[in-house]
Parts: sequence; structure tokens; C-alpha cells
Amino acid sequence: MLLNEFLLLGAALFSIGVYGVLARRNGVMVLMSIELILNAVNINLVAFGALHGTVAGQVFALFVITIAAAEVGVGLAIVLMLYRNRSSIDLDEIDAMRG
Amino acid sequence: MVVGATMVAQHVAFAIIAAIVIIGALRVVTTNNVVHAAVWLVAVLAGVGASFLLLGAEFVGVTQILVYIGAIVVLFLFGIMLTRAPVGGEVRLTARNWPVGLVVALPIAGVLAYTLIDAFGADHLPNNTRQLTSAVADSLFQTYLIPFEVVSVLLLAALIGAIVLARKD
Repeated sequence: MLLNEFLLLGAALFSIGVYGVLARRNGVMVLMSIELILNAVNINLVAFGALHGTVAGQVFALFVITIAAAEVGVGLAIVLMLYRNRSSIDLDEIDAMRG
Repeated sequence: MVVGATMVAQHVAFAIIAAIVIIGALRVVTTNNVVHAAVWLVAVLAGVGASFLLLGAEFVGVTQILVYIGAIVVLFLFGIMLTRAPVGGEVRLTARNWPVGLVVALPIAGVLAYTLIDAFGADHLPNNTRQLTSAVADSLFQTYLIPFEVVSVLLLAALIGAIVLARKD
């Protein structure tokens, strides 16, 4: 198989994730888009590991999965606190720091 | 002959997986129903896990299914329920400035695609990329032992941080 098949899949997933982070207005949806980005990274890591025949890519992918789990836990806690304080997780309305 | 048939099967499998992942990802970022977005996210994560299996990374593939679909998606569903998002109905979930996202994402996709095709256009993966779980375990507990321990401390810190942030005082 071509290496590029996987790399281009990762690139497409990454771009869709970037669009989601910028275009969504619900806090939970932004976190989901970040998951898409992290998955794109994992595809690249595992693909390059397969290309070079080392397990390092897989090990790093496991680290990324772990950190993604931690990130979602803390991120959802932050979104939850936002909801508790403002009764809304609409990111369009969170403009207290606008100059 | 057998190798050729296997390669055709791999390409067909990859095409199916890629279609599921791309369509699912597009639905995740465009659907107006939060629960549907979470379900489409399951499709994307399963597709990525299948592509790991296709690359011969069996342990990462299984971990992807267990951790992402088993834990993270459930966490997302909890987040959706706890923030009282309109579970059944459709609401506008896309921000007013969504064209900005398009303006950023499309050039990123273009530049990435051009660079990847330019740099790795001719690279073929080896015929057998399978890597045993035991090899991953050896690497994890020898070469990467200290990062592994640091990651577990990070996970503990995130756990405590999430509890501290989310509990009611």
C-alpha cells in the first residue's frame, strides 16, 4: 500500500477538525473536533511507524490516546463549569474578554 | 498472485475505511444535532481504529476502540446531557463566523496534500507491516519506560483536576 493513502486521510481528518474547532459554537462540539485532530495525528504516527518498521510510532500513538483522554476529562469539566456559571455553553456568547 | 489479491483487498478495505472516516468527520462538524454528532464520532473513531488494524498495529487498534469508543464517547454523551443540550431537537450549532473556519481549513488541506504528495508520493509501505503486541510492550517498558510513568502521573493529575473543577462547592 502507498504511505500517502494514510497520510492524506490524516490530512483530510486534520483539516475537518480545524474547521470544526473554528466553526462550531457549542463547547462540547469543539472538543469533539479536537478529537478528530488528535486522531489524524495518530494515523500519521502509526503509518510512519509501519513505513520504518519500528514500534516507536505505535508507542507515541498510545501516548497521544492517553493524553487525549486526559484532555477530554479536563475539557469537559471546564465546559461543565462554564455551563454552571453562565447557563450556556454557546461560545458566541462568551465574549467577556473582548476589548 | 496471492500477494496481488491481498493488495487489492487492502486497497478496497482502505477505500471503505477512508469513505467512512471522511463522511463521518464531515457530519461531526456539520450536523445540527449534538447526539448525532457523537454517534458520527463513533463511526470516525471506529474507522481510524480499522485503519490501525490495516497498518498492522493491532494493539493500538484495539486500544483505540476501547479508550475512544468505550470511554471518551461516553464522556462526551455525559457532557451533552449535563449541559442540557437539546438532545432530540435541532439547533444551530455552527457559529456566525463559520466561513473563517473554511478559509483556514481549506488552505491547510491544500498545503498538506501538496506537501505530502510532493514528499512521499512514491513511498510504499512494506508488504507485511504487522507488529506484535509483545514488541510494543517491550518498547513501552524498556525504551519508553520514563515517558510511560510520566504519562500515568499526567493522567492522575487530569483526573484530580477534573474532579476539582467539576464538583459543586
